[in-house]
Amino acid sequence: MTVLSVSNLSKAFGGVKAVQDVAFSVAAGELLALIGPNGAGKSTCFNMLNGQLRPDSGIVNLLGRSLVGMKPRDIWRLGVGRTFQITATFNSMTVRENIQMALLSHHNALMSLWKPANAMYRDEAMALLDRVGMADQSERPCGILAYGDIKRVELAIALANQPKLLLMDEPTAGMAPNERVGLMALTAKLARQDNIAVLFTEHDMDVVFAQADRIIVLNRGKLIAEGSPVEVRANPEVQAVYLGSGATYAGEGH
Amino acid sequence: MLTVEGLNTYYGRAHILSDLALQATAGEVVVLLGRNGAGKSTTMKSVIGLVPAESGAISFDGARIDRLSPHRIARLGLGYVPEDRRIFTDLNVMENLEVGRQKPRDGAPTWTPERLFELFPNLGRMKDRPGGRMSGGEQQMLTIARTLMGNPRLILLDEPSEGLAPVIVEQMARTILQLKAEGLCVLLSEQNLHFAQMVADRAYIIEKGRIRYSGTMAELAADAAVREQYLSV
Amino acid sequence: MLANIVIQFMNGLAGASSLFLVAAGLSIIFGVSRIVNFAHGSLYMLGVYLAYTLVEFFGRSSIFGFWGGVLMAALCVGLIGVLIEIVVLRRIYRAPELFQLLATFALVLVIKDAALYIWGAEDLVGPRAAGLRGAVEIMGKRFPQYDLVLIAIGPVVLGLLWLLMNRTRWGTLVRAATQDREMVGALGVNQSGLFTGVFFLGAFLAGLGGAVQLPREPAQLMLDITVISDAFVVVVVGGMGSIGGAFLAALLIAQAKAFCIGIGDVSIFGTVFSFSKFTLVVEFVIMAVVLVVRPWGLLGKQQGVQRGAFMVEPPLYPLNQTFWIVVLAIVVLLGLIPFGGDNYLLVLLIDIAVFALFAVTLHFLMGPSGMVSFGHAAYFGLGCYGAALALLKLKLPMELALFAAPLAGGLGALVFGWFCVRLSGVYLAMLTLAFAQIAWSVIYQWDAFTGGSNGLIGLWPSEWLKNRAVFYAFALVLCVGSILFLWRVVHAPFGYALRAGRDSALRADAIGINVRRFQWFGFTLSGAFAGLAGGLFAFSKGSISPETLAVSRSVDGLVMVLLGGVQTLTGPVAGAALFTWLQDSIARNTEYWRAILGLTILVIVLAFPQGIAGFTKQVAARIGVMRREAV
Repeated sequence: MTVLSVSNLSKAFGGVKAVQDVAFSVAAGELLALIGPNGAGKSTCFNMLNGQLRPDSGIVNLLGRSLVGMKPRDIWRLGVGRTFQITATFNSMTVRENIQMALLSHHNALMSLWKPANAMYRDEAMALLDRVGMADQSERPCGILAYGDIKRVELAIALANQPKLLLMDEPTAGMAPNERVGLMALTAKLARQDNIAVLFTEHDMDVVFAQADRIIVLNRGKLIAEGSPVEVRANPEVQAVYLGSGATYAGEGH
Repeated sequence: MLTVEGLNTYYGRAHILSDLALQATAGEVVVLLGRNGAGKSTTMKSVIGLVPAESGAISFDGARIDRLSPHRIARLGLGYVPEDRRIFTDLNVMENLEVGRQKPRDGAPTWTPERLFELFPNLGRMKDRPGGRMSGGEQQMLTIARTLMGNPRLILLDEPSEGLAPVIVEQMARTILQLKAEGLCVLLSEQNLHFAQMVADRAYIIEKGRIRYSGTMAELAADAAVREQYLSV
Repeated sequence: MLANIVIQFMNGLAGASSLFLVAAGLSIIFGVSRIVNFAHGSLYMLGVYLAYTLVEFFGRSSIFGFWGGVLMAALCVGLIGVLIEIVVLRRIYRAPELFQLLATFALVLVIKDAALYIWGAEDLVGPRAAGLRGAVEIMGKRFPQYDLVLIAIGPVVLGLLWLLMNRTRWGTLVRAATQDREMVGALGVNQSGLFTGVFFLGAFLAGLGGAVQLPREPAQLMLDITVISDAFVVVVVGGMGSIGGAFLAALLIAQAKAFCIGIGDVSIFGTVFSFSKFTLVVEFVIMAVVLVVRPWGLLGKQQGVQRGAFMVEPPLYPLNQTFWIVVLAIVVLLGLIPFGGDNYLLVLLIDIAVFALFAVTLHFLMGPSGMVSFGHAAYFGLGCYGAALALLKLKLPMELALFAAPLAGGLGALVFGWFCVRLSGVYLAMLTLAFAQIAWSVIYQWDAFTGGSNGLIGLWPSEWLKNRAVFYAFALVLCVGSILFLWRVVHAPFGYALRAGRDSALRADAIGINVRRFQWFGFTLSGAFAGLAGGLFAFSKGSISPETLAVSRSVDGLVMVLLGGVQTLTGPVAGAALFTWLQDSIARNTEYWRAILGLTILVIVLAFPQGIAGFTKQVAARIGVMRREAV
């Protein structure tokens, strides 16, 4: 089942065409990787999907519903979870409270002036933390966690509103190589369990080739390749503009 | 050329580096390998003076530098390239280079913008472009070029391959080998073992702020147990 | 008619130059040091005073004497800037932004009293410029020669600054340091030298701006606050860090002021509109409009997050039973005081209760909501006037009139807040200042309704509250109750949503939180309770004046919160108590209470850069660690 479908997506900044006529789709339970050189338009593409940027033209549909022109917070309410390239969590709160925030918002309970927030949706929050393996750190302030752990907290936040689609912008940036594959393996497991469609950008080819079901390649704002990891890896154009000789990564395919 | 002995560094109460010791000699490329948060960046920042060392000795060419401020250390010929690039985004390429400029130095290659544009031809084609309008790869080149303008004898490169496309990473490796050929000493931190193997002569593995392993790249390549234990590859 | 317009235009140009000089200095200092220098207006004031003295000294009748005096005055102010940088600011570059602000507030107080000591309280009228005392004829109107020189000074300085910033190595380094000063240091540039140089330049420009105004306006002690708020407006309208923007904004504002004065009273459909009175608010109206349309100013850019200056706040502890028992005990203790204390003590305690509530409402904005207000007194003052007018004009009984206080404060915050939450950081703070100034000048000028500068009298509480001790108990219950309610809100989902928006607006938005709406409601809630504090204040004093919403009252509030520490809930209460007590006891003993207060603040800032409550918390944490380590 197709969860996200994108077609003719375009965006220009002051005459520079950042994204041109991009089209792809993601199915439930599928991990789709978006790769390409720095400045190829990946972030622009991403920000048009999550509502940060409005496309100049094109169609973005989530389960048949158009997302164009919607605000990020409304897109979230339709079931789109996000993680950021540079982690964004609430650093003055504990790990559990971070998840509780997402739950409070999901249950439209934020306007209360009286009930202590700390006690609300506690069990649900703990259950989510358990799924990403962070339950034992639930009472620590988010601001002092190790980077890899913050990434897992973000994943739990993203899961709080039972999303149909996860958008992950360079989910493993800044992590150690072994943690990277671990995080994406966890993501893949959760996505398959809950039937969530995942779209992610990534520079670590070991992660991409190990975890992506399908890959699309963007160069200078245009899609230049699409296919399975094996196909993309063998594509001479992709090798020339992006992958290089393959000397800087090892990644074996599935 | 660079000697670190018994280095201890704290952030608040957190003990980041404990009794760290390492050396780098002229003309070699040394790599610090380790996970995120192992202390690689803190080691670099301690050497350049951005994070004050609690105890220990850092010497550059036989002179103690561990109590000096960053600008004094930099003026001794120690160049620092931070992991997050820290380009001056409002300044154009030429101005970014100007900020890094220092006097020519004995025993170190002397760099001019023209010479740097031979090393990084891309930059030469965008002299007037503000740093903020460059791609990640171009910014990474500029941050190295900017540091070279100080005519350093030793250059600290903090995770130069992070977040770059594989083709650019390969280009970065060639650049580092060129710098080595110029006679520069390079100390870099890396998580990408493949990249490290392309450029480095020797490696230290750092974990939880301590040096756990040191050896030549060839020795490390032969020691699967060490790689498994500390690098999980 | 045309001649009049031309002359007004020329007047505007002459006024713009001095404004531009001050604003450019402020902008350059902010760019590199990220310090919002509240003392910049004080440097301007020193420029005027020093020029007065030095021109006398060099001989007012010679051209050399005049211009030599002016230049020497500017140089002296530059050196004073260097002194301030080396002695105070250099030590707190790594402290949180708000603490730097507090330190510069303290400098304002110290410099004001120093000027009072040296030059006295009387206005000093300066000489006219030697050789330029005459006037030229423009389209049949006379225009002072000196003003022609002033008109030229602005563009000349703009040109020189542009060359300095874009064509010299020093300028390139300054621009680089504006973005990332630590990196500049790591590239081998001596930052301290650069910073000191920048402070010299900024202070020199402020001093010059003041000195050249000597023939046009007398030296007086109120200049610091008026000039700093003008300069803020110019910098914000032009865009932080943009010198060209500051020039444009100075022109725009000086022109608008000149034309308001030029138009004077105009009769439209029988009603007289006084444009000259409008000069007081016109710049703030311009700023409000510009900021809503272009949030980063005319030529400004969005400010990046400053590196390393972020302090991560610890998580909130739930309000547990022990907390409530302690609060109850303190309240009972405070309630028992009237039985042993004299009338004087009661007055002080009522003040402390009222200002504790005021400080807590400001902290509610600055802490959990992440919005710094430079004009919080507006809501306090609106509360005062709301209650007073309900009592005097609507003839409501006092108990009902008191309800009008939070209503007025909340309504004001609802309207002003709608604009303010569109901005963030320093820009938001400046806009709150602008709105407070607008509210102040409306009340100040609307003689018929608000009593104008005389204020309103005869605000006595009902019969049953006439006894001081009873009124104290009444105020105590209301203030403590309100404070506890606000703390409860901080711990409730609403307060968490505010903190979420502050910690990461990006993440908050990504989990469906409408950050701006929460900030707007939070702003209103804070304003309503500040209004209640104002209402209680009005009835405790019996009379009110526009002072209740003046800038200095907003500054008092900031000092209270910062003294106590932004990171704790109880801090503002401690800060308010300490500040009110200090101000009261020092002011009774010396004419120079501002200087003593300022020096006290400086000592506290330099010694405890996290506030008093933050400091005690730190000590407690350290003891806790030692215990744990000992086990």
